[in-house]
Amino acid sequence: MTRRPPQIDENPDGVDLPLEPLPGHSSRGRLERVLRRGEFAVTAELNPPDSANAQDVYERAAIFDGWVDGINAVDASGANCHMSSMGICALLTRMGYATIMQIACRDRNRIAIQGDVLGAAAMGVGNIMCLTGDGVQAGDQPGAKPVFDLDCMSLLETVRTMRDEEKFLSGRRLTTPPAVFLGAAINPFAPPFDFRPHRLAKKIAAGAQFVQSQYCYDVPMLKEYMKRVRDMGLDEKCFILVGVGPLASAKTARWIRSNVPGVHIPDAVITRLEGAEKQKEEGKRLCIDIINEVKEIEGVSGIHVMAYRQEEFVAEIVHESGVLKSRKPWKREPGLDDALVAERLDHILHDDPSEKPVEMVRDASATSSE
Amino acid sequence: MVYTRFSSLFLALHPFWSAVGYARAEKPVKFVERQVKGLMFDCRMCGQCILSSTGMSCPMNCPKQLRNGPCGGVRANGNCEVEPDMPCVWVKAWEGAQAMRNRQAILDVQKPVDQSLRESSAWLRVTAQAARERENLRSSTA
Repeated sequence: MTRRPPQIDENPDGVDLPLEPLPGHSSRGRLERVLRRGEFAVTAELNPPDSANAQDVYERAAIFDGWVDGINAVDASGANCHMSSMGICALLTRMGYATIMQIACRDRNRIAIQGDVLGAAAMGVGNIMCLTGDGVQAGDQPGAKPVFDLDCMSLLETVRTMRDEEKFLSGRRLTTPPAVFLGAAINPFAPPFDFRPHRLAKKIAAGAQFVQSQYCYDVPMLKEYMKRVRDMGLDEKCFILVGVGPLASAKTARWIRSNVPGVHIPDAVITRLEGAEKQKEEGKRLCIDIINEVKEIEGVSGIHVMAYRQEEFVAEIVHESGVLKSRKPWKREPGLDDALVAERLDHILHDDPSEKPVEMVRDASATSSE
Repeated sequence: MVYTRFSSLFLALHPFWSAVGYARAEKPVKFVERQVKGLMFDCRMCGQCILSSTGMSCPMNCPKQLRNGPCGGVRANGNCEVEPDMPCVWVKAWEGAQAMRNRQAILDVQKPVDQSLRESSAWLRVTAQAARERENLRSSTA
């Protein structure tokens, strides 16, 4: 079988297979490698489909190809029902994508969650993000029973125990522990502000190795937070990715501010959007400007782009902000053998060639006698 | 703090509790505990009280029952994401912890709640445990 040369951070035996374990690494995934090499990482959030069609997931992932180091599969974010993070990860891992599987404590108890962690790791999920989850009141089914058996902190500790001590919360042994890189969320933009850096310290103590922040629209506030984080030495114990995203219009910004829990949008941002002729364009510009400021902050290891329903802009935003420098993240490419088949099919379907042996011989002799 | 003194008083009463039997004491003590803590802290009888490490603000009143700090949804005015008119339990806890002697306790990572301890007396459990530790210490030094 013909093969194309493997890309960086790719298993030569198959894109869907785990990478060689490296010393000091918890996972066998791509994201951890990028971060530990000290490269500025980019992750993005996939908008989960309201469908049972695998193609919907693949199409939504394909627009990130070559631009991101990891794709977040959200677990009913905002308490709205969508395809599960487990389902999305099952589809994406078999195509070789690096997934960050989110687990929210809102919908499942400790028995279900520990089972899912094993299943996810077995499928090739390299990164698990532990979240408390939005309250059920925020979503489309406010009558649901909120579970919250664990909280994000005890969830982190549970998965870390499974990975490092090779046992369930109950103490029962695991035969193969889940090799996952552990993530958590931070929100530097919500009160009580004094507590927030301590809370990050707590998450690190519970097992967090990387964190992704809530949307950042207030850079001075982030700088203040990061200063305290550096003073506590937390940026050396954990990779910090700052959440960013384009706002489609001033109206959307206002709606998000009053309806999405935990998102802080200063008035200056809304004024800037209102003053622009093309608000959508300005929203994208604003996002790039924020990234340019954020990437210079000491202790920031990457960005997490949440371009809800504007996912097609992610490539542009990442490109124009220049955060990748000249680096090219992994991109799903066909193998040489697949490429040959595709070329041949293309020829048969579109060039309308004659495939009859007699005619083929005649054509060949005609071209050689010319 | 009052609470520390209170727990040492409870521990001093250990001979009494063991004479009566912890199991028999459970019912009346639970009744008193529920009334007292219910009145003062809106106690939910989780049976594994951590008020002393949450600035005396009961984390079981958080709609998400978070025992390790505030979620990311706290409103700008310091109120709860789920109940807009209620101040965030953890904003209160952080303020409360600043006034306490052991203000570092709020930074400890808490284990998940053991649901099988619901509706039992945390006072008696802590006292019995402390008494056991004290005895272990005595027997090991003797």
